[in-house]
Amino acid sequence: MKVLVTVKRVIDYNVKVRVKSDNSGVDLNNVKMAMNPFCEIAVEEAIRLKEAGIATEVVAVSVGEKSCQEQLRTALALGADRAIHVEAEQELESLNVAKLLAKVVEAEQPGIVILGKQAIDTDNNQTGQMLSALTGMAQGTFASNIEIKDDKALVTREVDGGLQTIELAMPIIATTDLRLNEPRYASLPNIMKAKRKPLETKTVEELGVTIKEHTKLLSVTPPEERQAGIKVADVAELVDKLKNEAKVIG
Amino acid sequence: MSILVIAEHDNDTLKSATLNTVTAAAAIGGDVAVLVAGSDCQAVAQEAAKISGVSQVIVADNVAYANQLAENMQPLIVELAAGKTHILAPATTSGKNIMPGVAALLDVAQISEVTKIESADVFERPIYAGNALAKVQSLDSVKVLTVRTTAFEEAALEGSAAVEAHGAAHDAGKSSYIGEEVVESERPELTAAKVIISGGRGMGNGENFSILEAVADKLGAAVGASRAAVDAGFVSNDMQVGQTGKIVAPELYIAVGISGAIQHLAGMKDSKVIVAINKDDEAPIFSVADYGLVADLFEAVPEFESNL
Ligand SMILES: Cc1cc2nc3c(=O)[nH]c(=O)nc-3n(C[C@H](O)[C@H](O)[C@H](O)COP(=O)(O)OP(=O)(O)OC[C@H]3O[C@@H](n4cnc5c(N)ncnc54)[C@H](O)[C@@H]3O)c2cc1C
Repeated sequence: MKVLVTVKRVIDYNVKVRVKSDNSGVDLNNVKMAMNPFCEIAVEEAIRLKEAGIATEVVAVSVGEKSCQEQLRTALALGADRAIHVEAEQELESLNVAKLLAKVVEAEQPGIVILGKQAIDTDNNQTGQMLSALTGMAQGTFASNIEIKDDKALVTREVDGGLQTIELAMPIIATTDLRLNEPRYASLPNIMKAKRKPLETKTVEELGVTIKEHTKLLSVTPPEERQAGIKVADVAELVDKLKNEAKVIG
Repeated sequence: MSILVIAEHDNDTLKSATLNTVTAAAAIGGDVAVLVAGSDCQAVAQEAAKISGVSQVIVADNVAYANQLAENMQPLIVELAAGKTHILAPATTSGKNIMPGVAALLDVAQISEVTKIESADVFERPIYAGNALAKVQSLDSVKVLTVRTTAFEEAALEGSAAVEAHGAAHDAGKSSYIGEEVVESERPELTAAKVIISGGRGMGNGENFSILEAVADKLGAAVGASRAAVDAGFVSNDMQVGQTGKIVAPELYIAVGISGAIQHLAGMKDSKVIVAINKDDEAPIFSVADYGLVADLFEAVPEFESNL
C-alpha cells in the first residue's frame, strides 16, 4: 500500500506575525519558514506505517512556490521515499489545492492520504475534507489514532465531547490532530541522503486543473491589542478586584 | 437571501452553538431555515422551531444521520442547497468535519471561522492564530461558512417555525460509527461557560486539577487546559483551549500555571476578564491578563477558593 502525505510550507509557529502596513497581508520577508506542525505529524504517521510494514512507499506532496521544495526535502530526510512538487506561484485557495491533490491521488492511487488538520497560517481546516469529497474516499478527520486492518481503517478522532472512533472502508483520507504521534527529528546522514531522493515537479497545467478564484482578500488588519492590566499583591486583592471592580464573581 | 443553518445536536437536545449560528445568519439577513439531521431527533426539531428568526425547520430523521457522518450528511446538505444563497454551520468539530466537503461538492469555497458579517458577501475571519484579521469577499453564488460561535450572541427561543420532514436517506456506506469516549461532567460546556478556570503544565499532574475543580464548583465554572497539560496526559483532549482546541470567550478566564503561548492566547484572548496565576513574573500570559498574580499556584489556588 502506498501512503501519500501532504506538506505545507508556513511561517514557523514560534514567530510572532506582523501585519503589513498597507493591510495587504502578513509580512513574510526574512521570516523563518517551516513545515506546518500538523504536516510534521502527518509525515511521522506515514513513516510509522511504513516501519510497521503496512505501507510500502511514502510519497510526499506539496503545492506551492519553488521554496516549498525545502519542506519536501525535510519530508524525504524524515523517511519519505520520493516527493512531488506541484508548482503554483500564487497562494491558492483550499479548494484549488484539493483539486490538484485529487489529480495526484488519481495518478498515484494511494491506500491512505494523510494531511494536517489545519495549516497554522490560514487556519482553514478544509483541504483534507475537500479532497475526501472530490475523490469519494472516506474521511477520518482530527485523528489521534489510526489502525489499518486489511480493507478497513479504525480512526479515533478528537471531537468536542472527547474521542470518537469510526470505521472507514479503504482507501481513506486522514487528517492529523496533535496527539496522533510525536514527530521525530531528521538525522544529519538522512538529511544528506534526502538530497539524492527523487523529487518530481508538476505544473497546474500538467495536472489539468483550472484554477478558479472563489474569494477575494480585501484586507488584513491586526486585531485589537489587549491592554495588559495590573499585578495584584495577593489573593485577597485578587478576590476584591474580581468582586468589586470587574464584578465578575458574586 | 435564503439561508440554511446546519443544527448541532446529539439527537436529544439542540446544542447552543446552533443559536449563535442563527444569529450570524440573521446578520446576513433574509429567510433562515434550520436543518436537523439525525435519528430519532424530533425533540431537537421541536426545539429548533422555537429559535427566533427561523422560518422553517427541515428534519431529516434517518439512522443514516444518527452520528452525522460526513459522507452521509454531505449529499443531504448539497441536495438542500438548491436555491440557497448561504449555508452556515457552527465551527465545532462536527461543522468542521462536514462543511468543507459540502463546499467542494458545490464547487465553492468554504469561509472558515467567520467572526463578523460585514455584508451578504463580505466576512471577517481570524488567521495566523488570531494575530491577524482577514476581510474576505466571496465570489461564489452559494456561500458556505462556518461560524465562530463566541463571536455571536445566542438567538432567543421565542419563535415558532414550521417543521417539515425531508425523506431522502443517503447512506454512502463508506463509514460507520463505532463508539465514543465522552467525558461526562456536571459542569457547563467549555464553549458556553461564563467562567473558566484552566490549568497548564504547571499543574504537575492530573490529580492536582482537583484544586481547580474546587474553584470551579464554587464559581459554576468549566475547567479547561493548555495543550501541554493535555499532551502530558493530565486531562482529556476535550479540555484543550487554543488555536487548535476550543475557542472560548467567557466573562472570566482564570489561567493557572499556563505560560501564555500564542497558540493558547488564540483560544481565550477575547474573554472579558482574564486572570493569570503564575510563579514566573515574566510569563507572556501577564501581557493579556487584567489581573495577574505572581505566586505559586499550589498556595494561591486553595487560598483563592477559600476566599470565595
Ligand atoms: C501546531 C500547534 C498547535 C498548538 N495548539 C495549542 C492549543 O490549541 N492550545 C494550547 O494551549 N497550546 C497549543 N500549542 C502549544 C503551545 O505552543 C504551548 O506549548 C503550550 O500552550 C504550553 O502550555 P503551558 O503554558 O501549560 O506550558 P508551559 O509553557 O510549560 O508553561 C507552564 C507555566 O507554568 C508555570 N508554573 C510552573 N509551576 C508553577 C507553580 N507551581 N505555580 C505557578 N506557576 C507555575 C511556569 O512559570 C510556566 O509559565 C500548540 C503548538 C503548536 C505547535
